[in-house]
Amino acid sequence: MAVKKFAVACYDDEAVLFPAVDKVRNSGYKLHDVYTPFPVHGLDVALGQKETDLHIAGFCYGITGTATALGFMSWIFTKDWSINYGGKPFFALPAFIPITFELTVMFAAVGMVLTYCYLNQIMPGVKKHVFHPRQSDDLFVIVMEITDPASEGEIVDFLKTTGAVETDVQIAEEGWWYGWWHKEEAYQNQKQLA
Amino acid sequence: MHLKYESFVREPLINGNKTYAQVTEDICRPIEQKPTRLWYMGFIFSLLLLGFGAFSVTWEVYWGIGTWGINRTVGWGWDITNFVWWVGIGHAGTLISAILLLFRQGWRTGVNRAAEAMTIFAVMCAGQFPIFHMGRVWNAFYVLPLPNSRGALWPNFNSALLWDVFAISTYFTVSLLFWYSGLVPDFATIRDRAKTKLRKRLYGVASFGWTGTAKNWQRFEALSLVLAGLSTPLVLSVHTIVSFDFATSVIPGWHATIFPPYFVAGAVFSGFAMVNTLLVLVRKIFRLEDYITIGHIEAMNKVIVLTGSIVGVAYLTELFMAWYSQVVYEQQAFKWRVLGPYWWSYWAMMSCNVVSPQFFWFKKLRRNIVFTFILSIVVNIGMWFERFVIIVTSLYRDYLPSSWTYYSPTWTEMGFYIGTFGLFFTCFFLFAKYFPVVAIAEIKFTLKTSGDNYKREMQALDEKTVEEFIHVAEHAH
Repeated sequence: MAVKKFAVACYDDEAVLFPAVDKVRNSGYKLHDVYTPFPVHGLDVALGQKETDLHIAGFCYGITGTATALGFMSWIFTKDWSINYGGKPFFALPAFIPITFELTVMFAAVGMVLTYCYLNQIMPGVKKHVFHPRQSDDLFVIVMEITDPASEGEIVDFLKTTGAVETDVQIAEEGWWYGWWHKEEAYQNQKQLA
Repeated sequence: MHLKYESFVREPLINGNKTYAQVTEDICRPIEQKPTRLWYMGFIFSLLLLGFGAFSVTWEVYWGIGTWGINRTVGWGWDITNFVWWVGIGHAGTLISAILLLFRQGWRTGVNRAAEAMTIFAVMCAGQFPIFHMGRVWNAFYVLPLPNSRGALWPNFNSALLWDVFAISTYFTVSLLFWYSGLVPDFATIRDRAKTKLRKRLYGVASFGWTGTAKNWQRFEALSLVLAGLSTPLVLSVHTIVSFDFATSVIPGWHATIFPPYFVAGAVFSGFAMVNTLLVLVRKIFRLEDYITIGHIEAMNKVIVLTGSIVGVAYLTELFMAWYSQVVYEQQAFKWRVLGPYWWSYWAMMSCNVVSPQFFWFKKLRRNIVFTFILSIVVNIGMWFERFVIIVTSLYRDYLPSSWTYYSPTWTEMGFYIGTFGLFFTCFFLFAKYFPVVAIAEIKFTLKTSGDNYKREMQALDEKTVEEFIHVAEHAH
């Protein structure tokens, strides 16, 4: 994926981060992303992100589990191989409930976690650029993309006025998923920019 | 604008003058240091127990299930007792991580990681027992609904024992996913501050490349909430289904509709006792007293006294129902249970489970670490006896007096049980050394509302009038 130039600003408190996010969004410069060490409530709203649909996916997986369990057990006991257990009905719905419930939960949980990993583009072996080693410790990091090389200093100066404790310019590979396999290309790209 | 305010009257959940960086430092320190001698000693001891367990199990598999003390009359002995006991222990972890999340109990953040780890290891131990109890363990896959070479032969989906297979495997999978999804950001924290190459690499793989963007965290929270919502009925269903193993049969002493809630309460009871046993040690060894405070321990002791009393009521209800039912078999079974050859197990259960937790009505004792530790072990012994009482004292005198018997375990059975302790503690020692035992990101999230130093600032705010309070709170950030 593409290698780009980024301006990085670090904040040491949520109370400074929120006004900074507002300023950054109104500044007209291109916002790349905001990194925080823990879930900061309201940050997604401040960034104008819409609510995730992950739970809807979870519901769909759950329904799939319900249908799979009920359908499978009913097919086996009424069509494929009916066995008479003490004269009880072949289609013994109450006795199917526990397994149906368990499979509903299993499908929903596994499906959701896989979807979550896919959407967040995380999996074992993926390496993403870490803009600041303390972004998972105690710093809140706003990363701006420098689209026009001429505006580099301008953006950094602007970020300093928003209360950043530390600013920085970095050349980094923006890609996540593909960043892992396109190392060679990324290296060439980096040389061009530098 | 959201309001981060909690009255200073409430006990802080994080003691000391903590900042975000200090939280990271405190929790990551044990991981980055060389293990202590105490750790090595404990770890090697656990491995020895595990080795002895493996030997006992190998012996049983080689010579057959006859090496155990179980017989025609008492078909379930220590094996199923231990199975139910371990599964029950696991329940506290899910209760803390899921149900308390839904109830928005802030104190869960200090203990949920270790409790969830305990759940996973306990379920791993539990799973061993029914598998090896099958005897021909190489045929254990028969319980899976697989297309097979034996014709269109399927397991009996109407059997409570098969429900167990689905319940336990789902429980294990979902607990593992829930636990690991919370661990990913914390592994990223360790990765980002790693000084050695190997650590950076290993935690890099374990952290899945997590960077913590705003969108990532939004999805993270959505996932936690839904997994908590799924785990809550799941944890109730698991011990309900375990109780169905007994309740759906027609054995006097087992055939009771009270079993599902009674088993779930018992499971939570024993689980919290085990969490207390482990955390009292963990907080001391890793110097995490600021995060796992006396307040946390007191909260868990409150759950213990509640669930212990529920279990006590269930025992008495069982006796009442046996008398009230007017069924002679039922009445005789309970008479023998209380006064028969196994009287000692019944009274051990009664004193450990019903009488001993009542001490926790006293605040002084709830907040006493040594007392808590001793009592947590007493409760675990009591809960083991509960399962033993339910299983063995319902079986040893069946409908045919000529087959009445007295069951005692052999060394292979005991060795198997000891071995699962080895497995549990081997896993737990590895976890305590290489994993963040307290959820770093979640603690940081509660720091500004429940941290000691932040709460002290609230004192001034608390004394203000309502108008002033709103004014200050609105300009908080």
